[in-house]
Amino acid sequence: MAPTTNTLDRTNYLNATKGFMSWFWTIDHKRLGLMYLWSVITCFILGGFFAMKIRLSLMPGAVDFATQTAEQMNAYNNAFTVHGAVMIFLVIIPSIPAALGNFVVPMMLGAKDVAFPRLNRFSYHLWLIGALLFVATLIIGNLDTGWTFYPPYSTGHTDPSVITAVLAAFILGFSSIFTGLNFIVTIHKMRPPEMTWFKMPLFLWAIYATAVIQVLATPVIGISLLLILVEKTMQIGIFTPELGGDPVFFQHLFWFYSHPAVYIMVLPGMGIMSELFATFSRKPIFGYRSIAMSSIAIAIFSFIVWGHHMFISGQSQLMSVIFSALTFSVAVPSAIKVFNWISTMYKGSISFTTPMLYGMSIIWLFGIGGLTGLFLATLGTDIVFHDTYFIVAHFHYVMVGSALFGFIGGIHYWWPKMYGKVVDGPLAKLGCLLSFVGFNMTFLPQFVGGSKGMPRRYAAYGSEQGFDDWNYWSTMGAMVLCAGLFIALFALLRSFFVKGTLAPANPWGGVTLEWQSPSPPPEHNFEIAPPVVGDPYDMSLVEYVSEEEGFLPVNPRSDDPCVADVKPEEA
Amino acid sequence: MSAHDNHPEGVAHHFESASQQFDSGKLGIWTFLLTEVLFFSALFVAYTMYRNNYPEVFQFASQYLDTNLGALNTLVLLLSSFTIAWGVRNAMLGETKKLTINLIITLVCAAGFMMIKAEEYGHKFHEGTLWGGHEHSIFKLDANDVDPHMAEHSLAFNNPDGEFTAAVKDLDPEFRQKLGIFFGIYFCLTGLHGIHVLIGMILLSWLLIRNLRGEFGPKNFAAVDFIALYWHLVDLIWIFLFPLLYLIS
Amino acid sequence: MNMYTLLSMMFQHQKEDFFFPSQASENAATVDFIFYFIFYVSLFAFITIILATAIFAWRYRRSKVGMTPEDSPHHSTTIELVWSIVPSIFMVMMFWYGFEDYTERRTAPSDSYEIQAKASKWQWEFVYPNGATSYGFVDAGEYLGKGLVVPFGKNVRIRLESSDVLHSFSVPNFRVKMDVVPGRYTDVWFKAIKMGDFPIFCTEYCGTKHSRMLSTVHVVSEEDFAVWLKENQEDPNATPVDKGKRLFAAKCTACHAVDGSVKIGPALNGKYGTTENIVGGTVMIDDNYIRKSILNPKADIVVGFENVPMTSFAGQLSDDDISNITAYLKSLTE
Repeated sequence: MAPTTNTLDRTNYLNATKGFMSWFWTIDHKRLGLMYLWSVITCFILGGFFAMKIRLSLMPGAVDFATQTAEQMNAYNNAFTVHGAVMIFLVIIPSIPAALGNFVVPMMLGAKDVAFPRLNRFSYHLWLIGALLFVATLIIGNLDTGWTFYPPYSTGHTDPSVITAVLAAFILGFSSIFTGLNFIVTIHKMRPPEMTWFKMPLFLWAIYATAVIQVLATPVIGISLLLILVEKTMQIGIFTPELGGDPVFFQHLFWFYSHPAVYIMVLPGMGIMSELFATFSRKPIFGYRSIAMSSIAIAIFSFIVWGHHMFISGQSQLMSVIFSALTFSVAVPSAIKVFNWISTMYKGSISFTTPMLYGMSIIWLFGIGGLTGLFLATLGTDIVFHDTYFIVAHFHYVMVGSALFGFIGGIHYWWPKMYGKVVDGPLAKLGCLLSFVGFNMTFLPQFVGGSKGMPRRYAAYGSEQGFDDWNYWSTMGAMVLCAGLFIALFALLRSFFVKGTLAPANPWGGVTLEWQSPSPPPEHNFEIAPPVVGDPYDMSLVEYVSEEEGFLPVNPRSDDPCVADVKPEEA
Repeated sequence: MSAHDNHPEGVAHHFESASQQFDSGKLGIWTFLLTEVLFFSALFVAYTMYRNNYPEVFQFASQYLDTNLGALNTLVLLLSSFTIAWGVRNAMLGETKKLTINLIITLVCAAGFMMIKAEEYGHKFHEGTLWGGHEHSIFKLDANDVDPHMAEHSLAFNNPDGEFTAAVKDLDPEFRQKLGIFFGIYFCLTGLHGIHVLIGMILLSWLLIRNLRGEFGPKNFAAVDFIALYWHLVDLIWIFLFPLLYLIS
Repeated sequence: MNMYTLLSMMFQHQKEDFFFPSQASENAATVDFIFYFIFYVSLFAFITIILATAIFAWRYRRSKVGMTPEDSPHHSTTIELVWSIVPSIFMVMMFWYGFEDYTERRTAPSDSYEIQAKASKWQWEFVYPNGATSYGFVDAGEYLGKGLVVPFGKNVRIRLESSDVLHSFSVPNFRVKMDVVPGRYTDVWFKAIKMGDFPIFCTEYCGTKHSRMLSTVHVVSEEDFAVWLKENQEDPNATPVDKGKRLFAAKCTACHAVDGSVKIGPALNGKYGTTENIVGGTVMIDDNYIRKSILNPKADIVVGFENVPMTSFAGQLSDDDISNITAYLKSLTE
């Protein structure tokens, strides 16, 4: 029997209006969230294609070190630039905040929409313009600066595609700022009166911290990229040594944004982790306040550690020492979160659903990503690892292993809410497993290659340099990872076409408000204000009802239409 | 359904009340202004860093800026800030005609500011007091690289009758090059500020049109209020720029 | 000799180990010690969290526990303080070791022997105090030039400068790395304690042939070094053609061949005295064109090479150098 709280055969936000414009010009946060989601997935496939291009050309024997031509080297340099730029600006930054955040944040608040729905639509259109310009530039032009756009190479030594690329990144930046602004106002002003700050779900805390970073840091990269643009077109001189300028100054500006940007990527992933561990342990999250506060701490600390990207850039020694010390301060709140998640499992009731499998993978991946960060915060060892594959592996563990796995876990977690279908079969689990194994196979060898001195951004390595084994395993792993991700995507897409697995309002037993709306929700999220606003992790508020194949509130309000249908029959 | 039936007029569907809507707008605009400040911050940091490293260059360079025009512009912007503030009050009280007049004065001030700025820019292009990478700049590392036409007629370059502290052509090459950096920062800061004034003019015109249509009143003045805040910020940034660039001594 | 120098002796190894290439400088063992200190602490932490996750997941699986778990605390100030403070203590140690090592390695001893390294796209040039020069880069898989030669057991300071973009000087065996920044000098120092040849990498992305900006550092005995210096000093009686050939090898061969093959730029043999198609016309290749191409390469670009602008050598080559190079190019036509 189909769950009564599934609305696929009734009016819901997906089928309420039809036609291209009803999506493209929508101000419904749920539809915008889905459009972000699919745009991001498209870009992810594009970025992944270039990742495979990189890995395949680094496969020992694929390219001859002796005969590689300048054109081939340029093609490689172009590939790593496109991969990095697409993955960072078009995939990870918008992934959780813009795609999942848009869908989930207002629902978690029990609100009908974000505070500024039109601004939200504008953000998406801005993103779309930026993305199209960016992708066109990356593919038509020969952008080969790396995603960092360091002058004077970007301003004086490479082709004009830098101009449109930084312009596009600037536009994307504004999209990100407006999204962040919208979330800040939404969380401040749209909360139901009963939901105090400390009754807010932790995902909202994470999104709030992320939004603060977006709003404070992104303008700085905006102006810095604009300066690269004027530098390149008009030789303004601020970063150009030939004109008396200082290229290291750009690095400061760049990392002042780009280090906090790392937390724009990873904080929302951490927010998802908190939701997953509470729901799938059927237990209140352990140390709610310290998790919430650590999100804020991370957001604050993220602004004072940027110099650790520049230990050997020529900045003063004193600055390096200060930044090294400050960098360790970020490690503490990150560690606290991990310990809290694990403690949440203690004496819980743990169900191994696909989202939870992603969650547990992240303990492993973020464990490695976070702990290897210690080597890079430490001055002595960072000098050895700077700009080697050790760094490459480290930030992939954090940004892919944690942020992206969090994103995929989040997609599985909220998929029932988005599309009214549960994706939790063997295929989805296989996708998770293969991605996890493939990911480790790809990046663990890179740590070792890196510690042996293997520099990043090299178009080829000679066999005599001794990195062949590590490259071989890394490429093999990349293929497994690629297969795993495609299986995961396939499992998601398959759910549209198979009958059954209809999702009830609350398939997992989450207590946050979005689970009190039917799946998929109606146009305005809740036909009435959500009935229960209690502790977001008080698991006794919902109970499993087997006819419903999901959970229902224990004491529903009598006028709740979504539950009223079911309860009387039961009684 | 019940929530929809008695939804207050003029309040968007997702807000419960007019005050929630107004408060959200207010928080939104303040947050946006914060990002604007940070947007300028990188240039202020560039200014601080270079001025800290080359104080004498900045001191020397500011003599090429026209303090009188700068001061005039400051007054013009202050006046515009006053009129827009008055405009907000007009909107709150529903004084549509007074609001129209205040908006027009603000717009005229903004246009005046841009014209004075254009005059200053024109003079700098004429003199060649430009950033080092410009082809007509007189601040080249090698004085022989200066465009011959500029080398001939630029007063700053030749310093006839001792009008300036020294002739640019006789300066130490490194010093001359750093002057180019000063003007790079000058043009970036004032240029970015100018773009903000232009955006402000578009917004003010939009307000004017809406006001002429009679859309503003005691219950609906949020747009005037928020754009006025933006305009105050643009004004405030100039209040910082003026002494930092023109009044170095 | 402080505490961690003593400790680091435990981590001395002559040969390559699992993580690191062999230790060829005095400071290498210290770095390795810091690395292994963090490594073992991290490994312990990692195993602990993974074991805890695995055990909890198994012990409290839903099929065993049922839907409603027994009550357990939702927070515990004591335990939360413990797991905040204990890692912090270890982090303070890590910071301190790294900091001590860093200050030591960033400050060259005053008695250091100084060699200049000039980085340009895409080669290294080394200038020794007596005027001897050597260079290094990779072309067609071959390591060309004599690379960097340093004396064994002596403090050597390398002063780094760049003539175009950012580069970075890295020798993994010495555990040193420093960015080369145009417009300012940076430096790096080491004391080689192992004879032999070790790779030099450019580790800051610098364009097309970044991956070929490789060279080798040769650690030789002090006596051999003195001999080498003498041999590689420029012969005062050398002809302009010889001087030009030397300069050409050091400055130009990364992009220009003299055997007719096209590298980044056109081949330059047999070109002197001929007419060449340039963007917007033709030009006779004579002394003036060569001079102009070296000092202001973007002015008259040969057709077909518009997208690979050459860097100006103004300020790097003197008028004498340019006329010597011109003499050499002339000799390739005769």
